[in-house]
Amino acid sequence: MQIIEHFMSLSLIRTVLLTAFSFCSAARSLSTSVHLQAQAKSKKTLAKPGVKNIVLVDGVRTPFLQSGTTYADLMPHDLARAALQGLLNRTGLPKDAVDYIVYGTVIQEVKTSNVAREAALGAGFSDKTPAHTVTMACISSNQAMTTAVGLIAAGQCDAVVAGGVEFMSDVPIRHSRKMRKTMLSLNKAKTLGARLSLLGSIRLAHLSPELPAVAEFSTAETMGHSADRLAAAFGVSRLEQDEFALRSHTLAKKAQDGGMLSDVISFKVPGRDIVSKDNGIRPATMEQLAKLKPAFIKPHGTVTAANSSFLTDGASAVLIMSEEKALAMGYKPKAYLRDFVYVSQDPKDQLLLGPTYATPKVLEKSGLTLNDIDVFEFHEAFAGQIMANLKAMESDWFAQTYMGRKTKVGAPPMEKFNTWGGSLSLGHPFAATGCRLVTTVAHRLQKEGGQYGLVAACAAGGQGHAMVIEAYPQ
Amino acid sequence: MASVRLLVTRSGCTALKAITGHGQRSLSVSSAVLARTHVSYEVKDNVAVVRINDPTSKVNTLGRHMQAELVEVINEIWGNSAVKSAVLISSKPGSFIAGADLNMFQACKTAEEVSYLLQAGQKMFEQIEKSPIPFVAAINGSCLGGGLEFAIACQYRIATKSKKTILGTPEVMLGLLPGAGGTQRLPKMVGLPAAFDMMLTGRNIKADKAKKMGLVHQLVEPLGPGLKSAEERTIEYLEEVAVDFAKGLTGKKVTVEKKKGLMQKVQDFVMGLPPVRKQIYKTVHNKVMKQSKGLYPAPLKIIECVQTGIEKGNAAGYLSESENFGKLAMTSVSRALIGLFYGQVACKKNHFGQPEREVKKLAVLGAGLMGAGIAQVTIDKGVATILKDTTEEGLARGQQQVYKGLNDKTKKKSLTTFERDRIMSLLSGQLDYRGFENADMVIEAVFEDLSIKHKVVKEVEAVIPPHCIFATNTSALPIKDIAAASKRPEKLIGMHYFSPVDKMQLLEIITTSKTSKDTTASAVAVGLKQGKVIIVVGDGPGFYTTRCLAPMLAEAVRALQEGVGPKKLDSLTTGFGFPVGAATLADEVGIDVAAHVAEDLGKAFGTRFGGGNVEVLKMMVQKGFKGRKSGKGCYVYGAKSKEKKVNSGAEDILKSFKLTAPPAVSADEDIQYRLVSRFVNEAVLCLQEGILPDPVQGDIGAVFGLGFPPCLGGPFRFVDSYGADKLVQKMKHFEEAYGNQFTPCQLLLDHAKDSSKRFHK
Repeated sequence: MQIIEHFMSLSLIRTVLLTAFSFCSAARSLSTSVHLQAQAKSKKTLAKPGVKNIVLVDGVRTPFLQSGTTYADLMPHDLARAALQGLLNRTGLPKDAVDYIVYGTVIQEVKTSNVAREAALGAGFSDKTPAHTVTMACISSNQAMTTAVGLIAAGQCDAVVAGGVEFMSDVPIRHSRKMRKTMLSLNKAKTLGARLSLLGSIRLAHLSPELPAVAEFSTAETMGHSADRLAAAFGVSRLEQDEFALRSHTLAKKAQDGGMLSDVISFKVPGRDIVSKDNGIRPATMEQLAKLKPAFIKPHGTVTAANSSFLTDGASAVLIMSEEKALAMGYKPKAYLRDFVYVSQDPKDQLLLGPTYATPKVLEKSGLTLNDIDVFEFHEAFAGQIMANLKAMESDWFAQTYMGRKTKVGAPPMEKFNTWGGSLSLGHPFAATGCRLVTTVAHRLQKEGGQYGLVAACAAGGQGHAMVIEAYPQ
Repeated sequence: MASVRLLVTRSGCTALKAITGHGQRSLSVSSAVLARTHVSYEVKDNVAVVRINDPTSKVNTLGRHMQAELVEVINEIWGNSAVKSAVLISSKPGSFIAGADLNMFQACKTAEEVSYLLQAGQKMFEQIEKSPIPFVAAINGSCLGGGLEFAIACQYRIATKSKKTILGTPEVMLGLLPGAGGTQRLPKMVGLPAAFDMMLTGRNIKADKAKKMGLVHQLVEPLGPGLKSAEERTIEYLEEVAVDFAKGLTGKKVTVEKKKGLMQKVQDFVMGLPPVRKQIYKTVHNKVMKQSKGLYPAPLKIIECVQTGIEKGNAAGYLSESENFGKLAMTSVSRALIGLFYGQVACKKNHFGQPEREVKKLAVLGAGLMGAGIAQVTIDKGVATILKDTTEEGLARGQQQVYKGLNDKTKKKSLTTFERDRIMSLLSGQLDYRGFENADMVIEAVFEDLSIKHKVVKEVEAVIPPHCIFATNTSALPIKDIAAASKRPEKLIGMHYFSPVDKMQLLEIITTSKTSKDTTASAVAVGLKQGKVIIVVGDGPGFYTTRCLAPMLAEAVRALQEGVGPKKLDSLTTGFGFPVGAATLADEVGIDVAAHVAEDLGKAFGTRFGGGNVEVLKMMVQKGFKGRKSGKGCYVYGAKSKEKKVNSGAEDILKSFKLTAPPAVSADEDIQYRLVSRFVNEAVLCLQEGILPDPVQGDIGAVFGLGFPPCLGGPFRFVDSYGADKLVQKMKHFEEAYGNQFTPCQLLLDHAKDSSKRFHK
């Protein structure tokens, strides 16, 4: 107990020092020395006494495809199964070595409401391995991973598979409530007369279906609409959004061509060809982007189809273990999963500001500052949302007025930010994105030789998440 | 009690936030411009952005000063060849332009003077309508009266889809008409039926409805906070969007004309037929006459102006508009309504200062009609509320009432189901005193029986913290009698709500000699939060409102005994301007309540409160004729037929108590004045005795709580306009026939003697 307190006070002092230093960075000579100091300090591991080291052994994902393309005839658990099998292949993990499986999903297929279990059985995992499904909008697989971390930290498991799947090619479309009520009553109707009278009560209006929408239940506002208002609130222009979208596609293309996206596995789609590449990456020209009409707020909005993430099918999976167990099994882990936070705020006007709230919180928890982070992977729901978050993070006024902080946390430098593309270009299968972000951070840390990475994401419901990831010593 | 809907608050006028600074003066302005205080402009990309901001008020109004500066700025813009279009916007967060400056008209001595003022306004708007460059009105907040007329003279209108953005022509509620081109432009813009609806009801129109009607072209979503506050950024954004549209208009990328749908085309065609229009004028006229009983001149004049404009052309229309406005401004009805408007504004302020502690947790005792109503209006404003009853059935009924009240709002779309649920989560229904130890105020609404009230006071005082205020909701029991059981009378106060609580605006607060000032301040603060119009009166049997109503109801019972049927009685009272007839009112209040009050006050005030026989009411209660709530009172309720049927059982009772009507005082007009004079005399007596602090609160209480004819402006304004001497004369005449129930009080006699004495200036 005392040790922990001692450590906490230490890290607090360090935070204070670092913030103080970063204030002085106006003077050039000073700033370099500060940098060196920060670098020197940051070589320290974030291991905490009394807390288990938990590692990411590996992570994979199916190619992310635009919905309605090659995956169109599958079901969600098929995709999830492909990711799980891919993980098994990649790691050579014995199927009975897994203690538990947690999977995330957002739009639930009603037939496979516990998609984790269906996919695990289909992927050939032991039927003795329990599995459950979690949902937390776009941070569902982050929730799956932190659930795994929790299970390991609590000493209940040693090896957990986490993942997420989203299948937008087929979504449940329901009968209207009136029709459902009639149909349910029909089950109970005993006589032919009663049945006929129920059937006779069906009106044309009963037949119109209920379509699912990416809309907040609490505010009835669609996410794109909210993103457009958020961009406007922070004065993000259409040009800035289009530029960011183009950046995402360009970087993704480069990463794809350069073979950086090694988390992608090949998947033989039944009845179709082998798929081994994401198919939504399309670098266009600024002129082409500028031609598009706003998709949500018409005619003066700024969010378009091209600067938003598109509807995507895909699944991802990661293997998380205690460091001890991983080493005992002969694995060379890729990264440590360190501190994480979940945040939530106003689902109307700050729906997509999760990263702004989560970033300073998780940094404080780890005793780091923004400067310590080498790799940033933020979920790109909309270009406007990213730009708004960057502006919010750069604003002292926002930090003081809405976050109860004395100063801003600062915006991540762009050269460290989503350099292999992001959800805008790679695609965004809601519940699969979280694992992609974490795996990408691990891979980038390895490639770039960095020490710390930061994952941050927003989610429907006005929630958000961030996690600090530390490179595993090579 | 019946609600008075004729006068609706001009929301937006009172609930405005302080003006936030908005960098509004561009650097390039000349020295002449610097002298301007209300209007400024800068040119952005060939678009002149005209910003309005009255530094002396929370809302913008079109007064002499504002108009002069606007004319000056607009002329400058027209003179500037670099300006290709203009945007008109307010720098105030909650107000575009809330209307014309009423003081400007009130300062005028003659109708001609008023007409002349209006003609200047008409001319300005006509120039804007014919402007060589397009004007875009960017509307955020209240856009009412003259403000709306200004906006509709512009070529294009953009409004924020905010709850605060309301458009409307409320002039009719002040006994006036839209006098700056509104009666001429609106019918062309939204069609004859919608225009009549707007102008004759004065209703507020929300932005999305305005878009559907064709009143605005484009909506802008309100923004949340960004690098500035939500309000500030929303105005900025509105301006940016408006500037874009202004450029679009110049570049012909945006068209003003909306493509008309088939229905619209059909409607236009039909409206183009003179006989159809004639029929509409006639129908609307008849409807107005039926509803206003001809007591309100403004609606008829509005129809006249619209008709003149359409049938005889613009010039004749404008002339008719300005002349009729001038005439209306000189009517006693308009003065009465404007008086009520100002009175209402005054009664929406806390004159007792900031209370020491804000009430954050309130408890209501008794989940009956009143208790549940009070709980509803409290949670609706975000205050956590305990609703306590003694039985599960009573509690469930009360909770259902609250839920229904809120759910009805979701059906009208003024609330989302989600907001409803959140509001409901603030309500804690319970049967015990759990949580009372944290209550800041307790309002009891238990049965009107002194011994029960005493029991409740003792029980509650045993569990509440020392700072907690105990308010009692009673309609007649003197507060000091209830306070007799209290250990801390300085914390005890009367809060008399009117039923239905969520509809009736009035709250009558009653202080005893022991009530502390902070307790009063706190009760007023709670009432204001609940959205009430508040009068604060002294203690006594029936306080102010019930005391005024009781003699009038006694007189109504007498009239019924004299053989005036309930229907006749109703038509006499509504014919005088009461929104609800006396017999119906008795049914609404509840015959049992009326009997209870009549007996109590009869004991307190003696024969002055006599007239009708209380036994009539008691007998009705005995037979179960308790009014609307029991299905039978003076009338029979329940059946779905529109025509109300007189309850024959009640008629039989009346026959058994039959009195002979003295012919000298039984003409229709006599009956009306018998009813009204007793009401008015009692009101004046309340002022004389110091129960009422001032005539303004007396007028507001009578109109908003009891439905005293709004066109008369309340009992005190009625005495002023009718003449105290004439009223006294009438009362003396009645006194001869009936005795002391009609003896005018001293203050009324004083006013009769000296005609220079007036209750209102």
